[in-house]
Amino acid sequence: MSVPDLSVEDLDKRFADHVAVDQLSFAVERGSFFSILGPSGCGKTTLLRMIAGFTVPDGGDIRIGGRSMRDVAPNRRPVNMVFQHLALFPMMSVGENVSFGLARRGVKKAERQRRATAMLERVGLAGALHKRVDELSGGQRQRVAIARSLVLEPTLLLLDEPLGALDLKLREHMKIELKQLQAAFGTTFVYITHDQSEALVLSDHVAVMNRGRFEQIGSPQQLYYEPASAFVASFVGANNRIQGRAVSVDADLVELATAQGWTIRARRHGAVAAGDAVAAFVRPEVASLELEAGRLGEPMARYAGEVQSVLFDGANSAVLLVEQQSRFEFRVALPQTGRLSDLKVGARVYFGFDPQRAICYAAAAAPGDAHV
Amino acid sequence: MSESGARVLWQRRLLLAVLLTPALLWLLVLIILPHIDLALLSFRERIAPRVYAPSLTQYRTFFAEPLYWRVFVRTAVLSALATALTLLVAFPVAWIIAKVARDRASSLLFVVCLIPFWVSETVRALGWLILLRESGVLPALLVRLGITAVPVELLYHDATILVGLVYTSLLFMVVPLVSSLQSLDNSLIEAAYNLGGNGWAILRRIIIPHAAPGITAGCIVVFMLTLGNYLTPNLLGGKNSQWFTELIYTQFIVRFNWEQGAAFGFLLLALSTGMVALGLRLSGQRFVDVMRRS
Repeated sequence: MSVPDLSVEDLDKRFADHVAVDQLSFAVERGSFFSILGPSGCGKTTLLRMIAGFTVPDGGDIRIGGRSMRDVAPNRRPVNMVFQHLALFPMMSVGENVSFGLARRGVKKAERQRRATAMLERVGLAGALHKRVDELSGGQRQRVAIARSLVLEPTLLLLDEPLGALDLKLREHMKIELKQLQAAFGTTFVYITHDQSEALVLSDHVAVMNRGRFEQIGSPQQLYYEPASAFVASFVGANNRIQGRAVSVDADLVELATAQGWTIRARRHGAVAAGDAVAAFVRPEVASLELEAGRLGEPMARYAGEVQSVLFDGANSAVLLVEQQSRFEFRVALPQTGRLSDLKVGARVYFGFDPQRAICYAAAAAPGDAHV
Repeated sequence: MSESGARVLWQRRLLLAVLLTPALLWLLVLIILPHIDLALLSFRERIAPRVYAPSLTQYRTFFAEPLYWRVFVRTAVLSALATALTLLVAFPVAWIIAKVARDRASSLLFVVCLIPFWVSETVRALGWLILLRESGVLPALLVRLGITAVPVELLYHDATILVGLVYTSLLFMVVPLVSSLQSLDNSLIEAAYNLGGNGWAILRRIIIPHAAPGITAGCIVVFMLTLGNYLTPNLLGGKNSQWFTELIYTQFIVRFNWEQGAAFGFLLLALSTGMVALGLRLSGQRFVDVMRRS
């Protein structure tokens, strides 16, 4: 078994008024794409800065390639970082940017030039060597920032929301490019983002971070289909959150009633007892939509609703409807076949979902702070 | 163009002219006209009472008399040295104000740099006299500490002049440096550090190139102020100061030789212009860019 490229043990960082990183331990396998996903203020930037060495931890240890980084200055760590706004050096040409780190290592000029040229070719920027940074497009700058780091052959590449500043089209494109670059170089990437789609598309493993702790570490599929906590369920992907009290618990199925009296059934995750405050999550694509009640399949509970608005967004189209009795707002994905595409606001519809694919958690003391 | 459009354009031009008039008048009456007069003065020679003839004698005298051009070169060299020293002293100060200190501390430090300028330059120079003269504070302290046996005269040395000039010029270097350092994105420094750079490499490759317009602007201002300074070299250097402005003063006021004084004035102007041009050439910058960016 190989040594993980990054292993973090009991890492702690407190600021005057809050805990940024709370007793965190995890490991990142060699060659994998690891994302840390969390809302702003969850501590992910602090964590990344501690790995890079810009912030000193209060406790715990960071090991990179098996070596403890305690008392190792940031310029001596086998770690390179792609900054949020890239931080390319505007006073230097593209080639000088890429060979900056090599020059600091005392690599001879001819060799620097050769390696920078080769690296720029690998990221698809052949011929940009003598260009100025401000002559490049957003996507090209991104590639220069990555080339500048990878030319040093680091054990670990840290990426601090590098796609945040790009417009939507370019972001989608760069996602694919980043994934391909990582696969081509085989370098371990640690990527932080608040954008769940970036994390899901890019990563081998994702850690969902909240209030200085990881709520769950898993593959994108695990996070999406088996969220370990109510926080993960609400943060990753779209979800209908149905809050209420457990009326009865039958093996792994919980019957839940909202304050307005809507009753649904959902699969239990963790301990739930009758009478507990609970929250259930149903993904929009798990629910089905029909114009006639009879067409909904057997395992499904059936509810009547009224279309409140049609949210057309190509393949992500959905209908926002209200359940008839409780007026509970519920989002259902529209079938991709184009069926039901002529739904009008106010139309009477029937919807339902398989209780096994709805997940119910005991509500934590503070909302959004559920732990496994 | 429509009638009203032409009218609006005409009004705008009038407004611009009105707003620019004071500045243009100032330039014309106080700078251009006196210089034309001085230029005419410097190129003539008195051949009899109230009789003058065009001549290059004034400039010839300057080159013929070793005292004159030696003082000239000495002033240039010491001014350049004072500018360099001011830069060395001001850079860490500006760095702390721009990058290290937080909001309140940063403004406070700025005010501390400004405070000496609430006092007139004469009083500040006199303060140095009190500190440095033979019977002053510092020589007495040196005797008390056993470093010197008897009080030494710390005034009237070149070093004393330099100290005074650096002190007087500090603010004019700090201000452009602070503004150029403040615009430096901290993540550039972190990125350079992350790529393996040490402090020296970051200073040389990132910070100085970024601050170059500010450094150049500060150096130009300080060099011009130092070169044209009369009071500080005179008071702190005494008879030994040999500053070129004193020669000009002597020609105009003591010798009443306005022709010679005017020629000296023009030589000083040529010197400062030449040195600034040289500095810009060496640092590969353009005057307009430097003044715009800092």
